[in-house]
Amino acid sequence: MASEILRLENVCKAYNVGLPTETEVLHGIDLELDHGEFLALIGPSGSGKSTLLNIVGLLDQPTSGRLRIKGQDIAALGDTEITHLRGHTIGFVFQYHLLISAFTARENVMMPMLADRGFPSAEIEARADLLLAQVGLEKFAGNLANNMSGGQQQRVAVARALAMNPDLVLADEPTGNLDTKSADAVFELMRQVNRDSGTSFLLVTHNMDLARRCDRIIEVVDGRIRA
Amino acid sequence: MNRWLPFEWTMAVRFLREGRLQTIFIIGGISIGVGVIVFMSAMLAGLQANFIKRVLTSQPQIQLLTPDQVARPLRNSAGEIEDAVVQRPSQRVISIDQWPKIRAQMQAMPEIVAVSPTILGSVLAVRGDASRSVNLSGVEPDSYFKIVKVPDYIVAGEPRLTSEDIIIGVELAKDLGASVGDKLNVRAASGATRVLTVSSLVDLGNKSVNQRVCYVALRTAQSLLGMIGGITTIDITVGDIYAAEEIAQRIQAANVVEADSWIKTNAQFFTAVQAQQNTNTLIRLFVGLSVAFGIAAVLVVSVIQRSKDIGILRAMGTSRGQILRVFLVQGGLLGFVGSLFGAAMGAFALVYWHSVARQADGTELFPLILERSLFVYTALLATVTGLLAAMAPAVRAAKLDPVVAIRG
Repeated sequence: MASEILRLENVCKAYNVGLPTETEVLHGIDLELDHGEFLALIGPSGSGKSTLLNIVGLLDQPTSGRLRIKGQDIAALGDTEITHLRGHTIGFVFQYHLLISAFTARENVMMPMLADRGFPSAEIEARADLLLAQVGLEKFAGNLANNMSGGQQQRVAVARALAMNPDLVLADEPTGNLDTKSADAVFELMRQVNRDSGTSFLLVTHNMDLARRCDRIIEVVDGRIRA
Repeated sequence: MNRWLPFEWTMAVRFLREGRLQTIFIIGGISIGVGVIVFMSAMLAGLQANFIKRVLTSQPQIQLLTPDQVARPLRNSAGEIEDAVVQRPSQRVISIDQWPKIRAQMQAMPEIVAVSPTILGSVLAVRGDASRSVNLSGVEPDSYFKIVKVPDYIVAGEPRLTSEDIIIGVELAKDLGASVGDKLNVRAASGATRVLTVSSLVDLGNKSVNQRVCYVALRTAQSLLGMIGGITTIDITVGDIYAAEEIAQRIQAANVVEADSWIKTNAQFFTAVQAQQNTNTLIRLFVGLSVAFGIAAVLVVSVIQRSKDIGILRAMGTSRGQILRVFLVQGGLLGFVGSLFGAAMGAFALVYWHSVARQADGTELFPLILERSLFVYTALLATVTGLLAAMAPAVRAAKLDPVVAIRG
């Protein structure tokens, strides 16, 4: 399928493999995500949503099963290639904003591009400013991360996730720590990006109102996708 | 954000700047360590240079002497066992055999700086009713003064040494009641006598030496000691003073002479110099180690504090190598900046100590030697120490599992 961005086939994840305390948290997950799709991943706490997100984000490895991103089998890639693929294909938005406190909003947005290219440049700076304007924070570009509200920080995090123009953005409860108004604003921002640039989103959330506004809802219960 | 700074440097500088208090304290620690190294090294170099100057400018670094005369029993036919007591003969004062040839050989050796033939003997210095037994050195002033800086020790008169002149020690001058321009009667054991004029008085810094030292021209001494054309020693100065013993052994192996280096004849002094150097090395080593552990401790804590940042950076596509370099750069920067402050502190302390620490006579205790190479070497050492100390925390940071790091 030409527009497929993500495919998981029978993915399992277990911890403490080979030990008496071995625990399997994902049991044979099959999942597909198409280009431009906005998918909500819901489920109770401890159901394996975050683990699934970490595997999709190439931060963690499945114990078994196959993961393909843009048709590429991840099992065949080494650490350097995985890091490169992650940097260029996937953007992350975390629940607790997780900006780097030593840097300003602009510099945080510049960071993925800087890590990729090695040196700052006017082009990188201009892109960071453009993204900040897109999330409505152009006036706060020079503010240190810690000097911004939670909602603002999360919008900066969204801008940072979009810095490398990724095909897929993974958002782990990005609105979980925000008030209703800010949560709605951040969600709308991501939806807007999805509509305008065709970037796929995989959104983990507990908020059913937000989930219903996504293209598709997948529910994970006890490490399995409920049909 | 500075456009000239690579990603790793930008991260490292910001991390250090954000943890300001921690950075200030560790730089303070490194500075003190480096300061101690600079202070100790420069002071010991000064003291050592002073000692060496005192010892080695008042004596040759290698002395070639006639070999010991030994008695050899006459033997009968081969294989016949003899039972005899061979008595050591008395050592006559004799000239070094073919000394001009040996001198030419010595002058041709690249590691030798100056060569001077000398004749040594005991004579009686008489003035009026006073007489003293003294050590007479007959020298060629042009070459000898390059080895023993006699002119530097002159306290009265001029370094003139014609066949009618004599330079004597200040204590001997006191004992004989002589001063510059006075005549001295010099008598050898053989009965030979010369009347010489005191051209100058020297102070070699040692009372007993000053009571016995006398320099005359080589030919004057040769005629007094009854050794026309002969010499008893060849004095030598070498380029590398610590290679003196090795050079002496080579000379002795190739010539029929006994070669004594200053290292052999001043074994205690040399041991003291070596002990000083060893102590300095040990101090540097332990201070360096404590600096390294300090840097490592701070960076280990920094890795723990920054684990979430490391996790985010990894999630954004930063490689393990880049994370490793971020922490290595921090270690190197801490070492380098600390070395700059430390070098300044050490130099300041040394200048202060040099100005207050004086000898009993008010002269400086040691010469102030602040060589640029010491600062370059210390900065380099501190930076490399910082890099090495950062290695373990940097590897730890690079190996952090991003999932665990982000979860905190």
